[in-house]
Amino acid sequence: MLEDLAALGSGFAVALQPQNIALMVAGIVLGVLIGVLPGLGGANGIAILLPLTFALPPVSAIILLSCIYWGALFGGAITSVLFNIPGEPWSVATTFDGYPMAQQGKAGEALTAAFTSSFVGALVAVVMITFLAPLVAEFALKFGPPEFFAVMFLSFACFVGLSRGSPFKAVAAMMFGFILAGVGMDGVTGQMRMTFGSIELMRGIDFLVVVIGLFGLSEILVSIEEGLRFKGQRAVITLKTVLRTWAELPRHWWLFIRSSVIGCWMGITPAGATPASFMSYGVARRMSKDPNGFGKGKVEGVVAPETAAHAAGTSALLPMLSLGVPGSPTAAVLLGGLIMWGLQPGPMLFVEQKDFVWGLIASMYLGNVVGLVIVLACVPWFAAILRVPFSIIAAVILMVCAIGAYTVNSSEFDIVLMLVFGVIGYVMKKLDYPLAPLVLALVLGDRTEEAFRQSLLLSEGSMGVFFSNWLVGGIMTAGLAVLFYPLIGRVLRALSPRAAAA
Amino acid sequence: MTTLARRQLFAATGASVIAAPALAPQAAAQRAWEPARPVQFIVPAGTGGGADQMARVIQGIVSKHSLMRQPLMVVNKAGGAGAEGFLEVKNARANPHYIIISLSNIFTTPLSTGVPFSWRDLTPVKMLALDEFVLWVNAQSPWTTLRQFVEAARAGRLRMGGTGSRQEDQIITVAIQRATGATFTYVPFRGGGEVATQLVGRHIDATVNNPIEAVTHWRSGTLRPLCVFDARRLPGEGRVTETMGWQDIPTCREAGLDVEYLMMRAIFMAPGVQPAQAEYFRTLLARVMETPEWRDLMAQGAFNTTTMTGDPFRTWLEREEQRHRSLMQEAGFLAQ
Repeated sequence: MLEDLAALGSGFAVALQPQNIALMVAGIVLGVLIGVLPGLGGANGIAILLPLTFALPPVSAIILLSCIYWGALFGGAITSVLFNIPGEPWSVATTFDGYPMAQQGKAGEALTAAFTSSFVGALVAVVMITFLAPLVAEFALKFGPPEFFAVMFLSFACFVGLSRGSPFKAVAAMMFGFILAGVGMDGVTGQMRMTFGSIELMRGIDFLVVVIGLFGLSEILVSIEEGLRFKGQRAVITLKTVLRTWAELPRHWWLFIRSSVIGCWMGITPAGATPASFMSYGVARRMSKDPNGFGKGKVEGVVAPETAAHAAGTSALLPMLSLGVPGSPTAAVLLGGLIMWGLQPGPMLFVEQKDFVWGLIASMYLGNVVGLVIVLACVPWFAAILRVPFSIIAAVILMVCAIGAYTVNSSEFDIVLMLVFGVIGYVMKKLDYPLAPLVLALVLGDRTEEAFRQSLLLSEGSMGVFFSNWLVGGIMTAGLAVLFYPLIGRVLRALSPRAAAA
Repeated sequence: MTTLARRQLFAATGASVIAAPALAPQAAAQRAWEPARPVQFIVPAGTGGGADQMARVIQGIVSKHSLMRQPLMVVNKAGGAGAEGFLEVKNARANPHYIIISLSNIFTTPLSTGVPFSWRDLTPVKMLALDEFVLWVNAQSPWTTLRQFVEAARAGRLRMGGTGSRQEDQIITVAIQRATGATFTYVPFRGGGEVATQLVGRHIDATVNNPIEAVTHWRSGTLRPLCVFDARRLPGEGRVTETMGWQDIPTCREAGLDVEYLMMRAIFMAPGVQPAQAEYFRTLLARVMETPEWRDLMAQGAFNTTTMTGDPFRTWLEREEQRHRSLMQEAGFLAQ
């Protein structure tokens, strides 16, 4: 422990060099921009800049690139809150309550809450990396395909039954999501599924393209129908808004802790930031005293997914550094970077490249502080976008959406796909089909299916593999309990004497 | 196994070609043609994998040493096991502003998916290196030699993890099955890093990972190499772990398993490009391969540094295509 603190101290000395501070600020600003543009994700942004870092020492290079990553994690929330367009996959859950808040004129509160939660989540994850890295790496090794499936099952279980309205519509939306997730190459057999001979469909249907259409485009269509204006125009954001929101946030301390734990866990396993944000949102709503307020502009609905997403995004770097397994697509690109700089990610990195590892960890602390300051300073500026007349901003959003959809895979076909999903989203909204189950099934569907089939390959067909040890059995049991809890609750109520008397 | 054994011969042919591009009149070739627009460097695989890493190292070297006036942009086109990337280049006929890095999926993807393309649709530029495959087991497993491992595999079904389905890792697994009579349960994962970790966590029994994907776990004492699927031992001096270096890993043939497999890392261009345009990239790549950064990458990943151009390369491609066809046919991996 003491040794770690000393190492961290020297890490700070490295991270605080003027050149590194400058790179940190540049990285965060770039990252926020990347996060704001849907489609141009952190992974793309880092991949583009990676070759430039050849000329830098490895520590400075990773500081620049990891700060782009933090910036993208922060920035993803901005368009989710303001326009209902998730800039990054992990900010989809942020739209559920962030956008209604903006519509009620509370865009400033929502953004402040989102940024602050991101910061808290990251901080918890960095502290964990600082002190528990070896233990955590050990824990991550226990996750094979059955455990991974159990985690996915638990995320679905937390989310099922959350949407208001007809449960059948929720199931229908989810099934549609699973079908979309199945398009493309089947990873287990290498066969094409539902591609109908189209080369474009072989790639599969990208989650981001669908989300940009379903959320962003359909929102514009709805706004046009409802009178060509945004509802959040009156939002005025000052330092006072930020301070007032901060004063309210400590009340949710338990939510912060729970969401951070979920995030760290999902980041390490490595499931990544997107499932973490969904799971955390689901759990927050389940455990809330006022579950019906969720989805209508509750600040808890912003805090939960943002805290978890940032905690997961940060802790995803740990398996990358200590095991060589990326916990997220962005971490995968960073992994390639490490190898390019002549560093070998994995267990020996912590032993042989102490300066690098601790410099990076120190930069995680500093980068997130710098990030929080920069994004908060920009809140009024971002919210001012809402005062631009709809007729102008709608065209800009449409263009940004199209560019975003194109950037994901550099494919024109995806723009068409986005437009189609815009219409589908509009129709679904009009018919009261919930969008969240569709998105959840699409983003987690293929990984879940893969893990399920890998597990059955390993066990030669026996379902017992999902209860074969305490870890997978425990997670599965928790998942089943969460899934059937509403049903059990109803049965218990029906059986209780008072209900019988009535 | 005769088809597999032929590789030895190609390696020898290849070695004689290594020096050839360096002798070419570089200045003259460059005056002849130069890219007029940014060049797209297509990677028919996802970000973070071996091909992607190599493409980005090349991009980094080119920009660091200012080897090109126009920018070189890496674009990942991984859809349909790389079919998307290959088709894009195939359809960019005579366009010299595309290059593509290829791995074994240039042979396996058309065979397993039926998507119509082959290396003949592209212009072969240069083979950069061959990636090695090593049989790894967990260091806590009782198997310290290949013989013990094969005995265990014959006695009961072992679980072999690998990257992707009907691609190189599974092809090697099937080749081992045919050579030994053992049966493995092959479990596909998304990438080499994931496979290595699954082996460290003992969720699977063995893998055929590339050296670079497993070296760190070997050094930390959690994985153990049994043999390398090449005709000769890996290059290397000194030690990687406390007791062993790359050169100390026996070849599979020495250890009694007659299976060889190497994965090509090569650069292709669109069909119908001018010879001078292909020559430009050949020269460029030759210069990239002279840099210390490239040598570092080769040493780190214990690559087989065979490089080829021109006719020997075409002959090699033809034979490799045939070999993949027969291997995949025997394994039942061909598209219906």
